[in-house]
Amino acid sequence: MLFENLDLNICAGDIVQIEGANGSGKTSLLRILAGLSLPFEGDVYFQDKPIAQIREQFHQNLLFLGHLAGVKGEMSAQENLEFNLALHGLDSSSAEETLSEVNLLGFEDALASHLSAGQHRRIALAKLWQSRSPIWILDEPFTAIDKLGVKKLEQLFLEHANNGGCVILTTHQDLSFDDDRIKKITLTYQFY
Amino acid sequence: MINSQSLSYKAAFLLIIKRDLTIAFRHRDDILNPLLFFVIVVTLFPLGIGPDSTILSRIAPGIIWVAALLSTLLSLDRLFKSDHSDGSLEQMLLSPHPVFILVLGKIIAHWLLTGLPLILVAPLLAVLLHLNENSYGALMLTLLLGTPVLSLLGAIGVALTVGIKKGGVLLSLLVLPLYIPVLIFATSAIDTAAMNLPYSGQLAIIAALFFGSLTLAPFAVSAALKVSTN
Repeated sequence: MLFENLDLNICAGDIVQIEGANGSGKTSLLRILAGLSLPFEGDVYFQDKPIAQIREQFHQNLLFLGHLAGVKGEMSAQENLEFNLALHGLDSSSAEETLSEVNLLGFEDALASHLSAGQHRRIALAKLWQSRSPIWILDEPFTAIDKLGVKKLEQLFLEHANNGGCVILTTHQDLSFDDDRIKKITLTYQFY
Repeated sequence: MINSQSLSYKAAFLLIIKRDLTIAFRHRDDILNPLLFFVIVVTLFPLGIGPDSTILSRIAPGIIWVAALLSTLLSLDRLFKSDHSDGSLEQMLLSPHPVFILVLGKIIAHWLLTGLPLILVAPLLAVLLHLNENSYGALMLTLLLGTPVLSLLGAIGVALTVGIKKGGVLLSLLVLPLYIPVLIFATSAIDTAAMNLPYSGQLAIIAALFFGSLTLAPFAVSAALKVSTN
């Protein structure tokens, strides 16, 4: 069993870091929260309603980034971002400006298959700058990102939380937020 | 800060088609390989059986349709596999649009890339097989109505097997039996046309299969994708 008796409330303004050793269930928990996986027992509620019942409404308010970047190698960085923005009903015309936020200016026409793993992750993260969704669920967002990029992302998370959003993330890195600003959930192995 | 804007289903549908076509045109072998497979399989028959026109024209409808089934099956894998392995399928499932709209877009893009080219080369191959001249209309109509059914039903099989590492054989075991009705009625329509008899009955049944799968398959596919990504 990964976890049980888990009862948490995440409100606007929260930054929640889920910690735990490899294999302790961090990704599984995030996938359950996003509605990608079903919990064996229990429910996830959004605005007092189970997320399965209000799928479209919930997904409009959700931005999920998993282990995989969801970037197509056959499309350029800009095309990838434009598609991702349009898929979530956002304005795709500002894709070029948004790419400059993640230091990909100059690579916008390069096919994603020619870019590095870190740059793939940056393409995926770029939509955070445009997102209007209050709930951000991010699985290891800092993987393959350089130090400067991490700092910029932390800043963005803080801004988002201060604007009434919430960020739920897993990471093995120490975040630079004050201890009272961040909630930590630690998952541990359970053997039966 | 709750977000509740209205989204256009049509825009999402067209967005997916455009994306899939862009990817396919940058990866041309995905379009060409199934088509070449179709052409090669059909040309093998005159080589194996001999150039006797009566035998060839008797079996031509069956050859063309079986080759069309196999070449569609060959191309199905592409439908969700790469999206699943790079994580874009997850993003689609989590988008605010209903999944069946996106799935329908993907299936139609698949048909445009594999079904449509088959229809365009089929008359040429029919000449090669000495297909009865009365049957050309029936061949084209059955392919036009039948190949979308192949894409739609095949998508259910792919969605179910997308999470499995080597799902290719399982996919053909799942999907080929579902193709049997289309094969039976399509070849029967072409045979009937060769005898100069009306074949509208068979066409109507294929049309019913088409509309049935067009309306129901996207829901089955979205449910199957949710299970596969769970």
